[in-house]
Amino acid sequence: MTSMSVQQPRRIGGGLLDPKQLWRSTPDALRKLNPATLWRNPVMFIVEVGAAFTTVLAIVDPTVFGWLITVWLWLTVVFANLAEAVAEGRGKAQAETLRRAKQGTVARRLHGWTEGADPAAYGEESVPATELRQGDIVVVEAGETIPGDGDIVEGIASVDESAITGESAPVIRESGGDRSAVTGGTRVLSDRIVVRITRRPGESFIDRMIALVEGANRQKTPNEIALNILLAALTIIFLLAVVTLQPMAMYAKAYQAAAPDTAALNQDGVTGIVLVALLVCLIPTTIGALLSAIGIAGMDRLVQRNVLATSGRAVEAAGDVNTLLLDKTGTITLGNRQATEFLPIAGIPAAELADAAQLSSLADDTPEGRSIVVLAKNLYQLRAREEGVMPQASFVPFSAQTRMSGVDIAENGTTRRIRKGAASAVLRWVRDNGGRAADDVGSTVDGISSTGGTPLVVAEQLEGQPARALGVIHLKDVVKRGMRQRFDEMRRMGIRTVMITGDNPLTAKAIADEAGVDDFLAEAEPEHKLALIRREQEGGRLVAMTGDGTNDAPALAQADVGVAMNTGTTAAKEAGNMVDLDSDPTKLIQIVEIGKQLLITRGALTTFSIANDIAKYFAIIPAMFGDVYPRLDRLNVMRLESPTSAILSAVIFNALVIIALIPLALRGVRYRPGGAASLLTRNLWIYGLGGIIAPFIGIKILDLVVRFIPGISG
Amino acid sequence: MSSASWLQFAVLIGLLLVTAPLLGRYMAKVYGDDGKVPGDRVFLPVERLIYRLCRVSPHTEQRWTVYAFAVLGFSLFSFLLLYAMQRMQQWLPLNPTDMPAVTDHIAFNAAVSFMTNTNWQSYSGELTMSHLTQMTGLTVQNFVSASVGMCVMAALIRGLARRRASTLGNFWVDLTRTVVRIMLPLSFLVAIVLVSQGVIQNFNGHTAVTTVEGATQLIPGGPAASQIAIKQLGTNGGGFFNMNSAHPFENSSPFNNLVENWAILIIPSALAFTFGRMVGDKRQGRAVFAIMAIIWAVMSLAAMGLEGNGNPQLDDIGATQAVTAEQSGGNMEGKEVRFGSAASGLWAASTTGTSNGSVNSMHDSFTPLGGMIPMLHMKLGEVSPGGTGVGLNGMLIMIILSVFIAGLMVGRTPEYLGKKIEAPEMKLVVLYILAMPLVVLGFTAASVLMDSAVASQNNPGAHGFSEILYAFTSGGNNNGSAFAGITASTWWYDTTIGLAMLIGRFFLIIPVLAIAGSLARKQPAPATVGTFPTHTPLFASLVLGVVAIVAGLTFFPALALGPIVEYLSL
Repeated sequence: MTSMSVQQPRRIGGGLLDPKQLWRSTPDALRKLNPATLWRNPVMFIVEVGAAFTTVLAIVDPTVFGWLITVWLWLTVVFANLAEAVAEGRGKAQAETLRRAKQGTVARRLHGWTEGADPAAYGEESVPATELRQGDIVVVEAGETIPGDGDIVEGIASVDESAITGESAPVIRESGGDRSAVTGGTRVLSDRIVVRITRRPGESFIDRMIALVEGANRQKTPNEIALNILLAALTIIFLLAVVTLQPMAMYAKAYQAAAPDTAALNQDGVTGIVLVALLVCLIPTTIGALLSAIGIAGMDRLVQRNVLATSGRAVEAAGDVNTLLLDKTGTITLGNRQATEFLPIAGIPAAELADAAQLSSLADDTPEGRSIVVLAKNLYQLRAREEGVMPQASFVPFSAQTRMSGVDIAENGTTRRIRKGAASAVLRWVRDNGGRAADDVGSTVDGISSTGGTPLVVAEQLEGQPARALGVIHLKDVVKRGMRQRFDEMRRMGIRTVMITGDNPLTAKAIADEAGVDDFLAEAEPEHKLALIRREQEGGRLVAMTGDGTNDAPALAQADVGVAMNTGTTAAKEAGNMVDLDSDPTKLIQIVEIGKQLLITRGALTTFSIANDIAKYFAIIPAMFGDVYPRLDRLNVMRLESPTSAILSAVIFNALVIIALIPLALRGVRYRPGGAASLLTRNLWIYGLGGIIAPFIGIKILDLVVRFIPGISG
Repeated sequence: MSSASWLQFAVLIGLLLVTAPLLGRYMAKVYGDDGKVPGDRVFLPVERLIYRLCRVSPHTEQRWTVYAFAVLGFSLFSFLLLYAMQRMQQWLPLNPTDMPAVTDHIAFNAAVSFMTNTNWQSYSGELTMSHLTQMTGLTVQNFVSASVGMCVMAALIRGLARRRASTLGNFWVDLTRTVVRIMLPLSFLVAIVLVSQGVIQNFNGHTAVTTVEGATQLIPGGPAASQIAIKQLGTNGGGFFNMNSAHPFENSSPFNNLVENWAILIIPSALAFTFGRMVGDKRQGRAVFAIMAIIWAVMSLAAMGLEGNGNPQLDDIGATQAVTAEQSGGNMEGKEVRFGSAASGLWAASTTGTSNGSVNSMHDSFTPLGGMIPMLHMKLGEVSPGGTGVGLNGMLIMIILSVFIAGLMVGRTPEYLGKKIEAPEMKLVVLYILAMPLVVLGFTAASVLMDSAVASQNNPGAHGFSEILYAFTSGGNNNGSAFAGITASTWWYDTTIGLAMLIGRFFLIIPVLAIAGSLARKQPAPATVGTFPTHTPLFASLVLGVVAIVAGLTFFPALALGPIVEYLSL
């Protein structure tokens, strides 16, 4: 695992918008004017149809006003396309890098190789990586690029996965177990491995990644579809309001036949240009223009955090998660238990216990073992003795049967045997060797267990004497810094956290309390995890979890959001709907925030877009009918110069606001974890009230400028 | 506004606050699944008899499609029966004034109107309909068309309340129980009160009397009280007399007026509480009631205030429009002296916030903005508190729309009462929202283009435009109140308003039932702090905003060319 630190990103940003990006994306934006593709965005499609219509009108009857409106209507469509093009453009650069990683790789395919045989004895052929098939066996040596996704069937190697993870520290991959999966495009740094290809070329992980960052097969997410329906309905309503306004205008004009004709209204009713201008101002162009950019940028933000989601649906689901399942080890606690104190029995000096404990742990390469050595050094300045320095010592490795490890030291003709391990096992060893366990060992062991720690008993036997217990080592799970704070944050967001652990309930509870999770599942086995997820889902809750092992796969598949660690097995990666390239289980918290932010950005801009319409009505309606009903000028609350300047200002504002909001769409609305009510209040104030006020100011300012254009002022 | 106006307003609110929760609790039991309901001893035998006669098996539940077909089938049957009755009344009994057959387009319009709970009347009741048509045709529809709306509402509430269910109840059972347990007993009570106030109830024809001036006048008779009780309770609004609730035989005194105004509002208001109880969260019901009450109160106070202020042009020439011992004060054109401008404004807001549509004054004679209030109130979708059942339906649709926007803004898939609002529901919500503006704006625009339709206007220009806009707003919202300036008994208006009423009824009811069916199937998600509460003042304000913005954005141009410009030109 490359990153164990718990970060505190207050703002999930996507980098700033570089003005050059706008310029670079302009050709793409123009290409997107093609109606065959634009119709997928109904709102902007209508704007384009309107722009084409006014173009014709402006050609037939050229006026400065007509042409200016036409130009700005076209710009509205271009700006919308630009937003999408910029969002896509950011992924493209990343895709290029990925493509380079897989290009030109040559695979060394083996023929007829079976497991356990020496690969060197088999015939090798060089084939392009693109011709590999599932089940092919390839051999990869130091310095070579792995030609495709697969599982290591033989060997161990350090692999540079920076091409996909961006992380330069190499990782170890080995056959068997949960670290056997390798990804095509990554590079072997040392040793030699035999890999069975599990994916056809074109469907590999790196291909999926490329498709993802390019947004090639981007499908609309459920909420996006629902929002699109609402936008379409709003468009229809405004189309209706504008279309029916024409007969009403003709009726009014016929009644006030003496009123002079204007650029907006003549004997034939409202002019086509003004009708189109009104329609475009009213339909939700702001959100319509930015909607797909928001979606692409949201996925991009995930990719920037090294998370690959197989579908946008999963990202949205992340925002809805009610229950978060977290593995204890590695997620909530530092990977392993650590020795925190030596508790000798009465009459034994602590240093003697520490010395015996250290001796018994010298050959123990587990993190627990190492932590004992370190603690002994820290507390009693006992220098760690090297294994090789003690030729007379023979080490007894840990085994699942004995549940003990230790050392036999031949000194001065006698043998000193030290054993360390689970309390029951070591105490039995003491009894078997003629000793008697001191009473206080039992109470110390129980005391440690009751606080969730793990007691290890240390005992020794000098040759010819009965064995005796020396004391107890207290091993403890160390909760990562900042976890409690993160869980409090989750609670404020309405997410319940459940810790999954194989520990007994007592231990589990102690750690759960210390970490501040809401609940825990102790003595968990993979099927328990699956059952828990099902149970939560029965109650209507959405569940997220992380996992890496093959036995996590069913649970990952069942969870609404299943994040597989990149270090995990192929099965796990297949089962989940996201892969975290950093293999950082706390990443889930960020994924949830990105999911929420995605929805909030859409909601906020929709609200803003609709709220804008109020000011536009006040600009355009008096401008349209001011000459038929002069008193209607009292609705011209912005005191705009003339009907033409009012309408033009509204259209320009409508177009410029798209450009102005592109950075927000790409970056996402600021998200602060907190209750729904406070979020809603805040966003209603900013985007609702702001959306009402902003256009009044914007249109007024534009009018102050536009009125100086010849042919526009009254 | 005078202190007397405030008093009327306060008394009406007080009455509603006391009675609505009680009635709401009772209705929740009527529609609930528990079985035991007060009054079972009286009502159960009646219901069982009806079920046996109609061969309804009361324990069979219906899916939303079956429920919808039952609603449509029943409505079609009602329409055909009503139409036939009007066209053949000259051969049928109980026709003391020898009314001839009703003209085809009027009969179509009237049949649609009463079947859709609109009760728009392009005819004068006392000059067109026989007593038989009135009593067994129109009055029966007053009961059942109001009840159909409540059945649909019961289905929608069940859709929200049930989890992973495929059925929404049984339409025939709901209909029977609504009529037998709610409409009939309440109507009986109200009718008694009305008769005590002088509302007539007889089978007489016209009585010829000689007036003090020596002229001869025909005084109509008929079973008015029984029809008026249900006309108000069922938010029907179709008057026994053409003058509707301004007629002294329908609405005799200020007290009588207050009782009828209460009757207009009571069932739809109480249904908010019914809703809260049926979904198992009374706070939700109170929030819905609060939203309804706020819109209604704002509109009522606006209408009362604007009419109470009178016409500024009269102020300019030095006339006093204040309330004095000699005059009622305010704008009194087209108003009854016994009610005054305040009770007329209050009624105007109440009758348009519900789908009632009965009038105790001429809305056409209101001041421009005063007259805009009833029109605007209908355009809000009649959700304050709305027609019986359909008002709550409309409010819940608006709430679902608000939930959708709010859900996005807090970063969660929107959900209401735990049910996720997704694309299928949104499709139906927008269908619901589109139907009414489509008919209102579409037919208005078509009418102003036609010389023959424009000729029906009583006034030219902006006011005439308002008359047409009002007529289609009333029809499209199934309100039935008339601005009453326009001559609506023409082929064009009878047909188009008839269509507006049909679309405004069934293009709303069917999506509601479909939403109910879709929601019923869902498993509700438990509420967490991440879900925003839908019973708070914050959410209520959001719904208010959504209601206002949806209507405002849709109708602002039309209103600007009608009442608004008229007001600005005063």
